[in-house]
Amino acid sequence: MDTHAAIVAEIPRLRRYARVLMRDPATADDLVQDCLERALGRLHLFQPGTNLRAWLFTIMHNLHVNARVRQGRSPEVSVDPPGGGEVEPAQGSGLLMRDLERALGELPDDQRAVVLLVGLEGLSYRDTACVLGVPVGTVMSRLARGRERLRRLVDGETRQAIRQVR
Amino acid sequence: MTDRRSIGDMELNAYLDGELESSARAEVEAWLATHPDDDARVAGWRRQKDALAELSAEVLNAAIPPSLSRAVTRRRPAARSWMRAAAAVLLVVAGTAGGWYGHGALLQPSAVASADGDFVRNALGAHVVFAPEQRHPVEVWANKEEAHLVQWLSRRLGHEVKPPPLASAGYHLVGGRLIADDGGPAAQYMYEDSKGRRITLYVRRSMDHGTTAFRFAEERKLSAFYWIDGPLAYAIIGEMPRDELLTLARVVHGELEHGG
Repeated sequence: MDTHAAIVAEIPRLRRYARVLMRDPATADDLVQDCLERALGRLHLFQPGTNLRAWLFTIMHNLHVNARVRQGRSPEVSVDPPGGGEVEPAQGSGLLMRDLERALGELPDDQRAVVLLVGLEGLSYRDTACVLGVPVGTVMSRLARGRERLRRLVDGETRQAIRQVR
Repeated sequence: MTDRRSIGDMELNAYLDGELESSARAEVEAWLATHPDDDARVAGWRRQKDALAELSAEVLNAAIPPSLSRAVTRRRPAARSWMRAAAAVLLVVAGTAGGWYGHGALLQPSAVASADGDFVRNALGAHVVFAPEQRHPVEVWANKEEAHLVQWLSRRLGHEVKPPPLASAGYHLVGGRLIADDGGPAAQYMYEDSKGRRITLYVRRSMDHGTTAFRFAEERKLSAFYWIDGPLAYAIIGEMPRDELLTLARVVHGELEHGG
């Protein structure tokens, strides 16, 4: 496979990551398209034999962060305490998935990125560190904080949902 | 509980993600065996990680929108004609010297699921016969008469069958031919990459007008993905690993779905 074909092969993974990140399919595909165009414009900077997937995710991550800065949103989002919102009544595992997506939206950007790159994409800590441009130790501490926070958010919402059903 | 923090959350996460050396792994396992709270939290993170992996998983198997695959194509430098000529010469040499294609017993019926067996077996058979052909790989060449080719095959199949553009995946259309299949006419489009590797797309009217997911079959070195989309059944075949062909199948499906 040449590099162009290898990039096409990564499109499904880029789309999935963008969709979880943006939640709106059309906006997500726009992000992927921007990412592909940026990647092809800089293809001369890619070193064949290195990790193409990590390279593409780096580009997409940077585009996403830049877009958020342009929108005037700080990349570090402060978080309201869990609960208090409209929580839908429980219905099997669908609840867990919806809660998970909502709770992800409440994580600060830097923690969400690490949780998704490791959890959704299965990137190694080292590749995640490359994508985000931070040391591996930072990846580990963000991951630990992000996962624990996510666990509490989901547990909190589930408990509240159960209370409402009763 | 005085040693509560001697194994911290960062290490527990690294354990969960398989990032620890075996000795450190053993230490964490010993710790978890005696610290049920941490054990429960690790189990919670593991459930969370599994759930994350399921998020939007359907996108992984969806057709690739042409707007995205073409974003890659637009920037692809055109293959130079002398490279194509060189590739063709190489192919002639390889075709003369090699020759695994010639084996008549290549297709063993048992390796293909019987329900769709006929369709994909015919498609594989057509690939085996025509893909190695040097002088007459196609009846109608795309570089001379693509419009006529599409019109002709569409008329014979009784439904429009446009060859999807696969430049984003590195393949250009060589041409196509009409094939006599069990149930009537079938169309075979042949594509080639810059190294002269060929893939074929085989199309026939479907019997049941349903829609199916991609299904996979392989025969020796050949891989095939086949599916039904309404009135037409498709099979894409190439001598390559499953994952590489799956990408092509997704591009083909995306192009067909969005009208080519």
